[in-house]
Order: sequence, then C-alpha cells, then structure tokens
Amino acid sequence: MMSAAITTRPPTAPVPHAPAAGGTRRRSRVRTRLELAFLLTPALLLFVGFVLVPIGVAAYYSLYSWNGFGPLTDFVGLDNYVDAFSGDVFQGAIGHNLIIATLSIVVQLPLSIGLALLLNRKLRGRSVLRMVVFAPYVLSEAVTAVIWLLMLQPGGFVDEILRGVGLGGVVKLWLADPSVVLYTLFVVITWKYIGFGVILLLAGLQGVPPELREAAALDGAGAWQTTRHVVLPLLGPTIRIWVFLSVIGSLQLFDLVWIMTLGGPADASSTMATYLFDHGFKRYEFGFGSAVAVILFVICFVFALFYQRFALRRDTAGALTGVR
Amino acid sequence: MRSRKPLALFAAAAMVLAGCSSGGASDASTEGPVTLTWWHNRTTEPMKSKWQQIADDFHKTHPNTSFTIEPLQNEQFQTKVPLALQGNTPPDLFQQWGGGALADQLKSGKIADITQASSGWIGPLAKNADGWKVGGKQYGAPYLMHAVGFWYRKDVFAGAGITTPPTTLDELNAAVAKLKTAGVTPIAIGGKDRWPDAFYWAYFAVRQCSVDTLKKAVEKTELTDPCFLKAGENLKSFLDTKPFQDGFVGTPAQQGAGSSAGLVANGKAAMELQGDWNPDVMQALTEDKEIGSKIGWFPFPSVPGGQGDPSVMVGGGDGFSCTTRAATACAEFLGHLVGDDVQKILAETNSGLPVTPAGVAALKSEPHKVIAANMTKASHVQLYFDTAFPTKVGQALNDAIANFFAGQGGPDTIVKSVSEAAAGNK
Repeated sequence: MMSAAITTRPPTAPVPHAPAAGGTRRRSRVRTRLELAFLLTPALLLFVGFVLVPIGVAAYYSLYSWNGFGPLTDFVGLDNYVDAFSGDVFQGAIGHNLIIATLSIVVQLPLSIGLALLLNRKLRGRSVLRMVVFAPYVLSEAVTAVIWLLMLQPGGFVDEILRGVGLGGVVKLWLADPSVVLYTLFVVITWKYIGFGVILLLAGLQGVPPELREAAALDGAGAWQTTRHVVLPLLGPTIRIWVFLSVIGSLQLFDLVWIMTLGGPADASSTMATYLFDHGFKRYEFGFGSAVAVILFVICFVFALFYQRFALRRDTAGALTGVR
Repeated sequence: MRSRKPLALFAAAAMVLAGCSSGGASDASTEGPVTLTWWHNRTTEPMKSKWQQIADDFHKTHPNTSFTIEPLQNEQFQTKVPLALQGNTPPDLFQQWGGGALADQLKSGKIADITQASSGWIGPLAKNADGWKVGGKQYGAPYLMHAVGFWYRKDVFAGAGITTPPTTLDELNAAVAKLKTAGVTPIAIGGKDRWPDAFYWAYFAVRQCSVDTLKKAVEKTELTDPCFLKAGENLKSFLDTKPFQDGFVGTPAQQGAGSSAGLVANGKAAMELQGDWNPDVMQALTEDKEIGSKIGWFPFPSVPGGQGDPSVMVGGGDGFSCTTRAATACAEFLGHLVGDDVQKILAETNSGLPVTPAGVAALKSEPHKVIAANMTKASHVQLYFDTAFPTKVGQALNDAIANFFAGQGGPDTIVKSVSEAAAGNK
C-alpha cells in the first residue's frame, strides 16, 4: 500500500516532512525484510535442499555414464540425452503420456463437469453419492492398482460383470493386449481421479452466486443457457486449475502403471516415469536415468511455465504476480 | 544478525541430518563390541523371526557382536543398496544375490573380500559359493540355494491321463496336448513380471549350449555362440504350441488367485516353471489346505539335438555380503549361517535349499529333497542370466525375452540385446 502511494505521487512534488517520513519508511522496510527472512528462510532452505539441489545434482549425473557405484569418471556429455530421445521405447513412452494427458482433458473434464453439476443439484442421497464418487480418490494408487490388476485378469471380476449384463462381446485381454492396455489403464486412472475433479468443481460451483442464475432465469434463459453462459464461465478458474493438475499428473504417471503392467506388454503402456525407473534404477544406469529425469522435469516445467503465463494469468493475478 | 540466521538454520539442519546417520558411524575395526546393521529380505514369517532368533543366539555365544536388523522388500534392495554403498554408512551385512550385480557393487570399494575370513567354513558349500565369487575372490556367501523346475498338479495330470512327468521336450509337448484336450490350461506363467519368461529362455539355452559355452558367455558378457540363437528358435517352436493361459503377458506371477501360481494352486492350470519357493506362494493363494500334497516337481526336460547337459539346472541363491567396516565379525556370522545348526533350521522352513550336505540331509519336504538331489547331481548350476550378467545387461536380456513372449522381436533380438547393452546402448 505504502509503496503504491509513493509511486503514484508525482516525482516532482515536494515531500512534506521528508526526513521524518523517510526514517519511518526505512525502519519499517528493514522490519519487513527481517520478517520476510524469518518467515521464508525455513521453507526456502527445505526447497533449496530437497528440490533445487537434487535437480542440479541430477543434471550433473546426467552427463556421466554411471552405474551408481564409485566416483563419476566416465563423462559422456549429452550422449545420455541423445540415447533417450533416439530410443523407440522412450519415444513411445512420451507418446503414451501425451495420449493419457489428451484423454484426460477430452474425457475426464466433461465427465467431471457433468457429475459436478448433477451432484450440485438438490437430490436425495446427494452426500452419499458425492462420497461414492470421491471414495476412489482416497485409496492409495498402489491399492487401486492391485485391486484392478486382480479384477482385470481374463475371466476375472470385470469380464464376469460384462458377460453378466450381456456385454460379453466387448471383453478383451485388458492388460495383455498391447493395443488395449493403455486405454484400460486410462479407465482405471479415470475411476481413481474423477472424484478429485468433481470435488474441485463442486467447490467452484459454490462460488457461483445464485443471484446470477436468478437474473438469468428472469431474463428468460433456460437451464442449458444458464449453465452454458453463466455457470461454466464462472467455473473457468477451477477448470483451468484442474487441467493444469491433470496434465502434470498425466506426465508423471507411474505407480499405477508400474504395479499393473510394469509398462508392458512389450512397452505398450510405458510412461516416461516407468521408463526412468526401468532403465535408471533396475538397470543400474543412474547417469542415464538422471538424464531421463531431467527431460521429464523440463517437459513438466516448460508446460507449467507456459500454462501459468497464458492460461492461468488472470486467475492467479495478484496471488503470484505483482506482490505489492 | 540477518546473515547469520540462515547459517544457524543450516547448521541446525546439518546437525539433524548428521544425527540421522550417526548410528553406524563408529569405527569398530576388528576387536571390541560391534553392532552389525543387517538388511535381509525376509519380511514375512516364519523366516523373519527365524533370522531374529538366529541373531539373538549368535549374540549369546559372541557377546561382542550385536545386531540391528532391518527386513526390506526384495524390490527395495535395488534402490537402497546402491545409495547405501555410495554413502558413508552402508549396512554391515546385506542381502546379496551374487553374480553381475555383486561385480557392479564392488566398484563402490565397500564390499569386503572375505576369501581369507571364509576359508575355514566355505569348503562344504562347494560350487554353491561360486556365484558370490568375483575374479576368484569370495565377496559373500549364500545361505540358501534356489532352483527352477516344473511344479505340477498330480491330480490334474492324472485326470488328463498323464502317468509320469515328462522327461523330454517331446513328452512335455505331448502332455501339453493332452491337458488341452482335457480342458485345462497346460502351463501357467506370470508374464507381466517378466522374470518368469526368462526361466524358459534360460532353460532352452542351457539345454542347447555346452557348460563351457555357458561359462564363457557369462565371463565375456556375450551370447555370440550360435547355440543361443538356436535356443531362441526352440523356445519359439515351444511358444507356437500355445501352452500358456490366455493373456499370459498380463498375468502377475504371485498376486491373487488369477496369478500364475494361483491358477495352479486352484487347479485351473496344470504346471508352472518356477523356483523352489512356489509351494509357499501357492499355499497363500488358495483355501485348499491339501495343496502341498497335490503338487509335485520335475526338472526341465531334455531337448533333442542340443550340446547341453540335461542335468544342468538354472537357479540362484540368497546370500549376504559384508561391507568393510566390520568385515571380521560379519564373516564370522556368515560362517555361522552356513554351519550345520543353522542350515538344519533353514532346511525345515522349506524356503530354499540348504547350501551344505548336512543341511540338505535335514530336508523334510519330498519335492525339495528331489530338487536338492537334482542340484547335487547337476554338472553345472547356471545362475539366472539376469543375475549372472552385469545388471544393465541382465535386465536388457529379460526385457528382450519378455518382448519376445509378447510377440515382439525374435531369437536374434534376444541375443543382440546382450551385446548392445554390454556396449552401452540403451
């Protein structure tokens, strides 16, 4: 506030009581800085120690061929990066990540919005339904993966249910058919994460003032028009944040895939993260694994930056930018 | 003031971090009391308490040696051991599967050479100890061996009219055909986990290649001998008979009734090529308390036309390596583990094959006695290739084999995966 007042003052205007005011200002500025230092230092130390330094160390390791034992001696420059990008399996993995991210937006988003609108209406058993939709999100990924791994075995629970309702014809080798497995995993991911989107959007819907709907209704807007032109635009910030979280989540997909398929069969469901674990840790290629980790980080980081810059700019204005 | 605060915090953080790791930092060379940090992979009963008991008993007779025991899941060793060996406080004694992974770990300079320290007790282990040798030096020792062979349901075999377990590949193929006619899945395999696929390739390789060729291949990390290619072709012909369950590339080996072990345990499949540990896995996946008496074991059949000795077994073992800090006390403890008393205790758990003749003699379970007898008469025990080769090569080989099972690549791709991984290609 104070500095805003200062900058709006014409620079040529005389300063009344300059010395006294300057003294107060300087003292309070020192105090602000001390406060900032005091409040930020612990978090900053943790962030530097556990985020920035490891990223730097990974970048350093990525320039070596190193199996994790002994000193780093075999400097290979950018070879690890070249190897990663020129490998079919890693290219495939990036493709799988992009497919999951795209499907998330195209399928999960409309589904979440629909469910959220439905669950926002007054209907009997609403809180129970909300809980049911949200419950899978509470399960850990490992538990989810094991449950679905067992249910999706040939002749297992899923197949039996489908046959029971007369859909025996759509039964596939869900986890064993390379052309199906990625989409099977997407269904499980959707099952697990749809609740998160719904809860987020429900919270967003609470922020839509009822007066606006009433006004729209008075102006003769139907239910669809109200939803389309009043509710959805106001849900914009929530939707944009959901898309952000969803894409980042899709890019970093690991646990579920690793437990259900190990990225197989024949790498048909590998993701960047499973590739990283498979070729970095399992093969004791820590230099190469670090290179893949750096690639994964850069992709996420660049996406995050661009998304912040272009999609989230208005939503986060004042929170992340223009502190004073 | 302002500049000191971060420093003070840093110092505090450093002290906290140091505090975390000060436990094993004391330098106990050879004499005096020592506490061994022990990482083993037996996270479940009965072995978990057996190890505790064995450690407690050892402490009673060797008051200078105490233990801090940390049981870890198998998978955790892959990540924790390299990190620990890179750090300053590795465990003093940890699970070691030997072979190429051990050779990799030697580069840390922290694995103790126990050739001298073990000379008094390593004799009875004979060839069992070879997997824990690198360049003629002993860097650890096994406490239990493992071997792979066919576990089968006697009742299902009988139901399909198979009277004796197959001893040749032709007989195996005939059995597969009979079981199919009887409407049973002939063989279950946990293809999702990849390593069960590798058992098949390994057995076709040891049946096709002479023992000398096998030893040379591991020594030089290469599969250039044409017999390895031929092994892949034989495997291909075998896969073409479609002996496995539907969707086997997505089947887990050990999780749930739908896993390969579960399919056999519940009578839905007749056989599984698996390690000696399989009865325990099966028992956990079925309500049939009699499963133990319903299953039998036979070795991988002979394959016509190969140079391989049909007595050769594929297997491995569970062992421990010592790190340098307390190597003397650690090696003494390893000697205790392969001593008759402990080996007899281990024999009764059926969790592997004892490493010494005295231990083998104490085995109670019929199938395990058969397996142990086959191990004893084997002219060579081929360490699993993924373990025998350096880790990056072994894993690349496993991946190539798993891809082959999933219909990608051929016998040549498998052979090439080894040379390419050894050359550093990703």
